[in-house]
Amino acid sequence: MSNILSLMTFLPIVGVLVLLFIPKGNNGVLRTVALITTIATFIVSLPVLSGFQTIADFQFVENVPWIAAGPFAMRYHVGIDGITIWLVILTTFIMPIAVLSTWNAVEDKVKEYMICLLLLEVGMLGAFISLDLFLFYIFWELMLIPMYFIIGIWGGKNRVYAAVKFFIYTMVGSLLMLVALIYLYFLGTNAGITDFGLVNFYNLTIDSGTQTWLFLAFALAFAIKCPMFPLHTWLPDAHTEAPTAGSVILAAILLKMGTYGFIRFAMPLFPEATAQFTPLIAVLSVIGIIYAAFVAMVQEDVKKLVAYSSVAHLGYVVLGLFALNEQGLSGGMIQMVNHGISTGALFLIVGFIYERRHTRLISDFGGLAKQMPIFTTIFMIVTLSSIGVPGTNGFVGEFLVLMGAYESSLRWYAIIATSGVILAAVYMLWMFQRVMFGELENPENQKLQDLNIREIIIMAPLVVLIFVIGVYPNPFLEKMQPSIQKVIAKTRVQDQNTHLVMPETIPMDSLTETMPQSAVQPAAN
Amino acid sequence: MEINVAQLFDSINLVTILPEIILSVFAMAMLLINVFIPAKNKTYLTWLSVVGLLGAGLATVSGWGQTVSSFSGAVVLDNFAVFFKITFLLAAGLSVLISDHYFERENCNHGELYPLIFFATTGMMLMASGTDLMTIFLGLELMSITLYVLAGFNRESLRSNEAGLKYFILGAFSTGFLLYGMALVYGVTGTTRIEQIALTINQYGISQHNTMLLAGMLLIFTGFAFKIAAAPFHMWTPDVYEGAPTPMTAFMSAGPKAAGFAAFLRLFFVAFPTLVVQWTELLWIIAVLTMTIGNLAALRQDNVKRILAYSSIAHAGYALVGFTAANSTGSSGILFYMLSYTFMNIGAFAVIVLIGKKGESNGSVYDFAGLGQKRPLLAATMSLFLFSLAGIPPTAGFIGKFYLFSGAVEQGYVWLAIIGVLNSAASVYYYLRIMVYMYMKPAENEFDWFSIGAPVSVALAVSAMGTLIPGMIPSCILQFAEQAVKLI
Repeated sequence: MSNILSLMTFLPIVGVLVLLFIPKGNNGVLRTVALITTIATFIVSLPVLSGFQTIADFQFVENVPWIAAGPFAMRYHVGIDGITIWLVILTTFIMPIAVLSTWNAVEDKVKEYMICLLLLEVGMLGAFISLDLFLFYIFWELMLIPMYFIIGIWGGKNRVYAAVKFFIYTMVGSLLMLVALIYLYFLGTNAGITDFGLVNFYNLTIDSGTQTWLFLAFALAFAIKCPMFPLHTWLPDAHTEAPTAGSVILAAILLKMGTYGFIRFAMPLFPEATAQFTPLIAVLSVIGIIYAAFVAMVQEDVKKLVAYSSVAHLGYVVLGLFALNEQGLSGGMIQMVNHGISTGALFLIVGFIYERRHTRLISDFGGLAKQMPIFTTIFMIVTLSSIGVPGTNGFVGEFLVLMGAYESSLRWYAIIATSGVILAAVYMLWMFQRVMFGELENPENQKLQDLNIREIIIMAPLVVLIFVIGVYPNPFLEKMQPSIQKVIAKTRVQDQNTHLVMPETIPMDSLTETMPQSAVQPAAN
Repeated sequence: MEINVAQLFDSINLVTILPEIILSVFAMAMLLINVFIPAKNKTYLTWLSVVGLLGAGLATVSGWGQTVSSFSGAVVLDNFAVFFKITFLLAAGLSVLISDHYFERENCNHGELYPLIFFATTGMMLMASGTDLMTIFLGLELMSITLYVLAGFNRESLRSNEAGLKYFILGAFSTGFLLYGMALVYGVTGTTRIEQIALTINQYGISQHNTMLLAGMLLIFTGFAFKIAAAPFHMWTPDVYEGAPTPMTAFMSAGPKAAGFAAFLRLFFVAFPTLVVQWTELLWIIAVLTMTIGNLAALRQDNVKRILAYSSIAHAGYALVGFTAANSTGSSGILFYMLSYTFMNIGAFAVIVLIGKKGESNGSVYDFAGLGQKRPLLAATMSLFLFSLAGIPPTAGFIGKFYLFSGAVEQGYVWLAIIGVLNSAASVYYYLRIMVYMYMKPAENEFDWFSIGAPVSVALAVSAMGTLIPGMIPSCILQFAEQAVKLI
């Protein structure tokens, strides 16, 4: 099937159309239709994974003209490569879980809620598969609208503030990116480029002054989305107020748009500027890692704590990407997936206890371990994964990132960032201890039910993946490798022109000598 | 100059003004019908007007692709004029469709309303096709005078009267500027034909620093800036827009603004290409001022009609960004944007008309609370218009802004584009605010005092399609806009 990517991306629209014709109030039917749609989308996305070849080129490409007016030509140009394959699968995989997560929590306006979730999926998948800059921008903006409504309508007490803040922060960044995009296009037309196709612009030579400005405009949009310190303030608000599904999607996928933007657009398009800004971005990532960890430590609200841990985790991802070597990039990429799984799982867990107790304050809990053994086990596994304990997925990502950064010009940043791992253990374990252990004093907590079947079904695939990636990450890393090498080649090609000299890439073989055999296997090819 | 009468008549080709003739004849016929059939229910006039507008529309469309000059070069039929005429007809049609509901409610459904709208539209059309300062001026006056009446159409309402009077006094004043400017230009060049003006300037090598010519250009500039509500000549807009009957506000914010841009563009591109450095510098400043003042003021408003009034100032500013670029991307962007703006803005006004109660009460953002719950389809339509006004894809508003700002970037006005998008981001706040009330606040009203009649439904459906379809398949309109600006 040549247009499987389009089928996958727009399948949720079919679900939306079906939902529109179901009368209000049939909540069971509405939820089922949404669930079936997301599962169907996941199933459709599987052939993409199985048919994916481990090469650097874009695959499943579709390329048809879309707009041609004035000096512009936009094309419907989509495809995936090693960078996006796992992000796409992660998206289609998380969506059914997200739909299930608020199965009972959202009672009001279920129809509109499900429509928003499905439209959001279209936006996210579209943004990942777009190979045309304009098309990417359209999908990028399209994600905003449903998320705005999800936070603003079904969110907590302070939802309107959070929703508007989320929208305006993202909008400012993306509009400046739009101007940069237009500017880039006219630079391209002078060099003979005839459409917005991303690959065209990879080969464009841009002088370093211009690169600086363009990079800044792109990086601002992505840094807000990531979010990087000091642009992260919208995230704790949005996470805290959003309903569980909103938080899960936000953490698992929307934040990845920022880091994805760096690796796909900002870095390979503007290599000189990337080299120039690497120290600044590394500083901000490290500040983000340490600062967010300290802030997370003092949070009284579990959800806010998890939100801040997100900021720290994304700091690792960005640090890994800007290390600009194979370990760093693979680590960053796999950490994007890991963060989607483990932080998504954490938000689900917070959602479970919030549904039961309607509070998220750490002080309201204590001793839950006795009351809810299954819940405790799962929570423990996810917590360990979030900390990055060996054997879980978090370890692989963080290890590769720190290793990559250590081997690059960012050695000192890596050393400081390592302390973030310890801090993560402090705030996560401390929180876990206060919530799960101790005396079961609160009479409200004594009535708590353990996880039901639906909740176990939601968590099971996530827990499995935590271990699969933790123990045997190779299939995941392998598929990314050629594309990552390509990104590195593009981004480092002009290194000799700049004063920053980066150490040579360390081949994967030497990496395995320093890593436990369980974590990374030498690349097969 | 001797005028050969026979030659003069030879140069008259009535086809060039066929749509104008249809509109005028229809308007006068409707005046008569209105006298002889005194019916309680005036809805038939709505449909009759729509028929007239469709007829004029057909006549207009059939002129596509031709370039016919007539009346000794005072009027021209070209793609540029046709594109704008369609925009005016749509603005008139959509406003007519939402008028019945409103004027019935306000108890002033006088039959003269529709002919007046027709005359105003005729004036706009003459502005778009005028190639002589006099034609442009006459069209402008025909449009303005009927608009003064329309703004004060609700005789019982003090605010409507105030709006009419204010518009009249300030409008007359600005027309004075315009006419004075035209007189000075005539004094320098000895002609009122806009092509001749450029030829004379070239032929006699009139310097771009010629004081009289510059003064004339500046005064004309001021006159048009008033008509399109560009800062600092925008002061009348909020009061007039708020006071005027809502459907007429919708009409005024779309049609006359487009007409102002039509004449403005043609005159400056054709007559003053040698002064392009001067007027683009001026436009740069005016564009920034207009966008910023409009958006900042709109942030502080509670009345939805007033929000849209200030936002219409901001939108004129965005269009001026495209004008500043003075290239085909920017100009076709203006054409596209004016058309899209007609759809999205009149659509939004249609919703205001529906929500409002007698005496124009119930028009603040707080009164929209809970609309999303009680009338989900209406709220969704309103959201579509608001997203388009805010310039968020996939709507026509986004594509329009994209082309306007692209024009500026293409011409090297990167900072102008950046100021433009930042303004656009600020505007998101007040558009979202309306949505916040619609969807995120508990309903205080049942929203049961209105039923959406057939005319308003048609208006809403057409506006929604006009906002959404060009947003997804922009080429369907952009290609025409591009051909339209090729000639100037």
